[in-house]
Amino acid sequence: MLNIEISQIKVIAAKEFRDRIRNRWVIAVAIIFTAFALAITYFGSAQQGEVGLRNIEVTIASLVSLVIYLIPLIALILGYDAIVGERERGSLDLLLSMPITRLELLLGKFLGLSSALASATLAGFGLVGLLLAYQIDLNALYHYVGFMVSAILLGMVFLSLAVMVSVIAKDRARASGGAISVWFLFVLVYDLILLGLLVLSGGSFGEELFPLLLLLNPADIFRILNIFSMEDIKVFYGLATVFPASLSSPWLLGLVMISWIVIPLTIALWRFK
Amino acid sequence: MKNLGLKNNVIEVENVYKYYGEVLAVDGVTLTVLKGETLGLIGHNGAGKSTLFKMMLGLIPPTSGVININGTPVHGGAFRELRRTIGYLPENVVFYDNLTGLETLQFFAALKSCERDKCLPLLEKVGLAHAATRRVDGYSKGMRQRLGFAQALLGKPRILFLDEPTTGLDPEGIREFYAILHELNAQGVTVVITSHILSEIQERVQRLAVLKSGKLHALGTVQELRESVDLPLVIQVRQQCPASTLRGVLQCVELESLSVTGNIALIRCHRAQKMEVLRRLGTLGDALQDVVVKEPTLEDVFLGYAG
Repeated sequence: MLNIEISQIKVIAAKEFRDRIRNRWVIAVAIIFTAFALAITYFGSAQQGEVGLRNIEVTIASLVSLVIYLIPLIALILGYDAIVGERERGSLDLLLSMPITRLELLLGKFLGLSSALASATLAGFGLVGLLLAYQIDLNALYHYVGFMVSAILLGMVFLSLAVMVSVIAKDRARASGGAISVWFLFVLVYDLILLGLLVLSGGSFGEELFPLLLLLNPADIFRILNIFSMEDIKVFYGLATVFPASLSSPWLLGLVMISWIVIPLTIALWRFK
Repeated sequence: MKNLGLKNNVIEVENVYKYYGEVLAVDGVTLTVLKGETLGLIGHNGAGKSTLFKMMLGLIPPTSGVININGTPVHGGAFRELRRTIGYLPENVVFYDNLTGLETLQFFAALKSCERDKCLPLLEKVGLAHAATRRVDGYSKGMRQRLGFAQALLGKPRILFLDEPTTGLDPEGIREFYAILHELNAQGVTVVITSHILSEIQERVQRLAVLKSGKLHALGTVQELRESVDLPLVIQVRQQCPASTLRGVLQCVELESLSVTGNIALIRCHRAQKMEVLRRLGTLGDALQDVVVKEPTLEDVFLGYAG
């Protein structure tokens, strides 16, 4: 397994990336991101009776709420087909008869799709960031960049999960079902279950255990990564506000995100026979 | 196995079994493919051809047994290097619709680390140069097959695995395909080929391996197979006498079967009885109007093994 040829990974990744550029996937997703981000920055404070490019903290908070639904969904749709699609089409055997290992194929697919999603994220939100750059101070801009980086990480986590689903699923229909289930679990159901546990146990259910359980959900980590820097908007969020400062180091959270990328890929490799 | 380890053996399959759950797909197959030979692998769907093929390519591991190519086991780091010298054309190959023919070839060339500028000449060789810059989704089945063949030829392979390579090709395409194969054979390339169309490959392979229910049923040249099966031949007779007369004449000869419909009789017997049957038919005199002797075809031989 130590015998890795980077050039083979690059060939696969480049093909995946070029495919998404060519079928206009990247540009389409970038436009969706731009449109949403613009709408949110412009109308985000309409409740307060104002419109326009205003409060950056409220803007990021609203963008986070949007991205937490959208990016996992887009990443899962992008990635669920990666391996099972090749298998169903009949090209997987041909690929594997080449001088390439399964690890290289998986990494190539993952990195190619990741760069497609990252480009769309950077282009879509970056454009809005440029518009904002005139209005806001350096510190706020730093948070916005942090938001984009964590959004890319979030996308990579769900791409990694999608690739895992794609390896395990027998056919494309099951893979898409699996991908949707992953989305429901992490984006909708997980927090509800935690909330339910919290309520049922009357709050006695450990203050220590609870933050650790939040770390088991990459979507929650993304949320936490994007609020702690902004004290006054903690009220915007639900569960994530019970998070202790000791676990809130962005480096620690980033590390957890990265393990969320590595672990599904490792499982995928193990199951890829 | 007696030949194991000899220099002339390119592919060595020894006592290979493959279970899919409870199902035994390949049942103790042992065979060797010699350097520069073309081996035809035949058998019905589900006979284990594709499974054996994939195991020889190292795509799936055998449940037990050993497969070596050039003395190297078909897995692990050493086999990666060997893969660069192997060409593979899968059955019903499907490519990426959004790439052009040339881009498809360049993609696989990059994976095999061979030169990009060899791609266009290869497309010319398989007669696809005119469609090089067209996207593959506009290709006909025959064109896809030609592209698949070009892909298998990337990097001057020493061993070719071709799974139903002429599916979808027109007669002209089939002829061109075998012309290229012949040329490669002359250069010492070893070829393993599967086909359903026996009449097509029987003239073009040195040896045939017949698979039935996962077992290797026969292995040898076409002539060897034909002789070893000893299928009955069919003598068709047109005569102007009652069926009972005919039966009477042939009473003492050992026949497989005799059926009479109108004035046509079909006699099935083994080669050893052929002349005896013909002599006795001669005694019918003017009542005998025509005799046609049909030798068993390779299809019959094949059915005899695999049917």
